[in-house]
Amino acid sequence: MTEVTLIQAVNQALKVAMAKDPDVILLGEDIGVNGGVFRATDGLYKEFGEKRVLDTPLSENGIVGMAIGMALQGLKPVAEIQFMDFIYPAFDQIVSEAAKFRYRSGGEFPAHIVLRTPYGGGIKGGLYHSQSTEQLFTSTPGIKVVIPSTPADAKGLLLSAIFDEDPVLFMEPKRIYRTATGEVPAGDVRIPFGKARIAKEGSDVSVFAYGSMVPQTLQAANVVEKMGIHAEVVDLRTLVPLDVDAIVASVEKTGRAVIVHEAPKFSGFGAELSATISERCLYSLKAPVLRITGYDTPFPYALENLYLPSVDRIARGIERTATSA
Amino acid sequence: MDSPPEGLLPLSYTEAELAQKLGDGWKGTLELAYRWMLFGRLMDTRFLGLQRQGRVGFYGPATGHEAVNVGSALALQKEDWILPGLREQLLALARGLDLQGYVHHLFGNGTDPSLGRQMPCHPTGKPVHYVSMASTVGTQISQAVGSAYAQRYRGETGITAVFFGDGATSTTDFHSGMNFASVYNVPVLFVCANNQWAISVPVAKQTAVPVLANKAKAYGMRGVRMDGTDVVEVISQVREARASLLAGNGPVFLEALVFRMNPHSSSDDPTRYYPANWMKEARAHDPLGRLEGLVDRLQLLAPEKKEALRKEIEDMFRKAIAEAEVAPPPSPDTLFRDTLSETHWPLTEERDTFDRDQGGHFP
Repeated sequence: MTEVTLIQAVNQALKVAMAKDPDVILLGEDIGVNGGVFRATDGLYKEFGEKRVLDTPLSENGIVGMAIGMALQGLKPVAEIQFMDFIYPAFDQIVSEAAKFRYRSGGEFPAHIVLRTPYGGGIKGGLYHSQSTEQLFTSTPGIKVVIPSTPADAKGLLLSAIFDEDPVLFMEPKRIYRTATGEVPAGDVRIPFGKARIAKEGSDVSVFAYGSMVPQTLQAANVVEKMGIHAEVVDLRTLVPLDVDAIVASVEKTGRAVIVHEAPKFSGFGAELSATISERCLYSLKAPVLRITGYDTPFPYALENLYLPSVDRIARGIERTATSA
Repeated sequence: MDSPPEGLLPLSYTEAELAQKLGDGWKGTLELAYRWMLFGRLMDTRFLGLQRQGRVGFYGPATGHEAVNVGSALALQKEDWILPGLREQLLALARGLDLQGYVHHLFGNGTDPSLGRQMPCHPTGKPVHYVSMASTVGTQISQAVGSAYAQRYRGETGITAVFFGDGATSTTDFHSGMNFASVYNVPVLFVCANNQWAISVPVAKQTAVPVLANKAKAYGMRGVRMDGTDVVEVISQVREARASLLAGNGPVFLEALVFRMNPHSSSDDPTRYYPANWMKEARAHDPLGRLEGLVDRLQLLAPEKKEALRKEIEDMFRKAIAEAEVAPPPSPDTLFRDTLSETHWPLTEERDTFDRDQGGHFP
């Protein structure tokens, strides 16, 4: 095993899947000759050819519509939406079509597609290269939502996504594309959906995070550790399906819960987590559930460091929750 | 039909012209076309009636569209795939979609292949390569590109035919689908059944391009307007387009000009917007009446044979409706299936507490 970055792990997963199964087809803007604006598909056009790595016209609804059409014929399309901020023209295809095909056809037409998309802030991308809108999709029955935070998870979860039977939105934390490094198993090693990962064990407070907020949260946990607070950091990995058992087990152990995400707080995925915790763990709770999130505004450019939950803000929140009576 | 209605535009083909347009088997082709177009007309009358009586919840007639449906069904082949728009149910039936299953679907029964989940007239038909449709307009158009791409990628000989109306030409997916299809040069047949109305909005307010087929030019695609009320023309054009697609000449756009002879749906009142002369003009283009005139002129079907055919079709409906009216609704557990391949736990919990939450009365 060698150390790779998160983006290299994505590339490896695509390569492994394509070598294994000729039904796997990639499509998206700039993914062919150019290898993707973040280089996720680097080298794949050369290796697998233009019939399997398609540079598409600039039209997200066209990309997702085409992917669904391929899926109806049994192919396994993996579409790249260049930035999550550009996914909205395809919202109709995702919500009205992909998420409903299996149900509305009585199971005759499952529309298994994978939509890979870089999401999130921290790259000075302003309003339209920074958003994190997973809650728009987690609130749509019929689509799975997966967000890795490490190279190993990126590879293992993407392989699971490609060989899954359902539509999967695979959100890639672009801020840590190159800063998250780690060892990745060779070959087709998959990580099952619905299994959270305990990124750091602790006994005083549970902190739930996903994607690029996981490394931030781990740093914050190290900060409070010096104050004698042992935070447990749970990387959710997949929001749909959600590992409720891991959430409950952790909160029952610590009695305190903090939720961290980049997206705005109001009606964000943290609200679902908070409600789930209150429904299941109320009598274990020693403090109110705390959400540390982006602010309820569009995503700012110059002040993004204040907008995004910082290590400092997360550490303060953990400390407050861990010490409130 | 006793006598052709006044003003009906006749189909003036000679036998030689028919043989040239439809091939040697032209008599059999026209008989089949007549059978299925009559089937569609009787079906619309029957089920719009049932809707008015409150026995089915909704119905979307396709009166005036019969030649597009049936002509396409006769020209397309088993291996082809259909991505339908709003008014292609007759096409599915003419391709062999099980009538009883479709009638169960219209009644929203548990024996509907889509388990009563969709509004009536939204069937699913994988066995006849007829893809389940959304009510959203135009989304199937870009999907057709992926379907055809897959067919060609696998070296199959079929094509994908996608159907939509004039209103759909205003959608983003029309543009994306036409554009992508040309870029990838895939075997997609675009069939726009232009019935000149999107609910109440006339086509002139939908687009400033009077001939929709001209839109194809902007995509580097062959576009043809055909008389969509002339089944001979439809069969011939769809056959030609199909051959061209399989020869790798790139996608084709066929505009079938038709005249809507019914409300948009059972929920619509067209007296609010149809001009005074609309129905007269529409009846002059009645596709079934025009074909019947041709069949009568060439004496292809004896009057008693036509009557027997009508009776046979009515009997099929009567039997299917009788069976559907006593079939049970979907069982509640179907609510909890097929959203994902495996049930996510929130839904499992909702299912597990279903009896408690739904059962019985408050004391």
